[in-house]
Amino acid sequence: MECVFGMVGKGFALVVADTSAVNSILVHKSNEDKIMVLDSHKLMGASGEAGDRAQFTEYVQKNVALYQYRNGIPLTTKAAANFMRGELATALRKNPYMVNIVLAGFDKDTGPSLYFIDYIATLHKVDKAAFGYGSYFALSMMDRHYHPNMTVDEAIKLAEQCIEEIRSRLVVAPQNFVIKIVDKDGAREHSWRRTTKD
Amino acid sequence: MARYDRAITVFSPDGHLFQVEYALEAVRKGNAAVGVRGTDTIVLGVEKKSTVKLQDSRSVRKIVSLDDHIALACAGLKADARVLINRARIECQSHRLTVEDPVTVEYITRYIAGLQQKYTQSGGVRPFGLSTLIVGFDPYTGVPSLYQTDPSGTFSAWKANATGRNSNSMREFLEKNYKETSGQETIKLAIRALLEVVESGGKNIEVAVMTKEGLRQLDEAEIDAIVAEIEAEKAAAEAAKKAPAKET
Repeated sequence: MECVFGMVGKGFALVVADTSAVNSILVHKSNEDKIMVLDSHKLMGASGEAGDRAQFTEYVQKNVALYQYRNGIPLTTKAAANFMRGELATALRKNPYMVNIVLAGFDKDTGPSLYFIDYIATLHKVDKAAFGYGSYFALSMMDRHYHPNMTVDEAIKLAEQCIEEIRSRLVVAPQNFVIKIVDKDGAREHSWRRTTKD
Repeated sequence: MARYDRAITVFSPDGHLFQVEYALEAVRKGNAAVGVRGTDTIVLGVEKKSTVKLQDSRSVRKIVSLDDHIALACAGLKADARVLINRARIECQSHRLTVEDPVTVEYITRYIAGLQQKYTQSGGVRPFGLSTLIVGFDPYTGVPSLYQTDPSGTFSAWKANATGRNSNSMREFLEKNYKETSGQETIKLAIRALLEVVESGGKNIEVAVMTKEGLRQLDEAEIDAIVAEIEAEKAAAEAAKKAPAKET
């Protein structure tokens, strides 16, 4: 029931995730932030087993920070994506992480980029990506309305359309969503789309 | 006495660990390093040898950051420093991962000192030949700290300290002239201490300033400007001393 999706626009990348933390029929909380700010210019939206999600994303975040202290410069988005894929692949045949990740980043020389990384260590560089049951609706919506070099407003509108579709068509749709954006000024929270208050 | 200095794991009859003392000798031959703690600023300064003309000086950073709020300068064997700094950086991130909190300056100093001590109590290894000056702001209380470790693995907190070549003269100078300072005054005090033992000039010293916002490396032009200020103050003080004597 978790959904995470993202898309690349003109000079920015967007990641949207639901904010529900669910255990069988119980909703623990509906303001769980699943999009981690990996470093100043990277966003990592993660869905899957809650324990694995926290463990893996925090581990990646600290290793990305360590790289920066050791080498004086931050990792590129591509390098971070490949690092994550490598960790998932190494653990896969022993003790797999059940986490699906949408990685969005902005690099000064290559601009915005989006990576689709699933729990069996698939890595794809893409313009739009989605995970979860919501992906059936989000991907279809994005396939229809996405075009390259969208402005922030156009992309937000498309994200809202995806969220609407998920809300109306998914049987146990998540209540709230968070939208985060990364561009040349960094990674930050953009807005929430709520149906319930806390 | 020479019989007791081959192995680190052997005490001499009068209670010395000669290998550790020889490591301290290595530190005394290393470049001068000074640290001064102010109320809102902590300054680290290191001597830079300017004899190497073809070397790209940007690849030799003597003051490094371990985390956003912690910096380190050292005197002694630079290769040993690289290993120690790497371990400390990993520990900073590991601490953040396990307890979701940044390290305190005291914690990371204790960790580095602990590492240095481990190598004074094992067979077949030698101690790290360096002393470190570790500065930072406590992430919870915002209190600035300066710590020093040495090859024996002891550490303590200081208001101002120096290590490396001619550290005794610098420490004497600091003892005479230390007072609670802040901002630019702290930077000047640190540079004045370094200039006691180092040839004056921006290209002979590397200075970094740690504030609550983070570590800032001063560039050559800035250092030259402050050195010029200091020399002007010194000259004015000299002139003031001479003038009354002439009048009588």
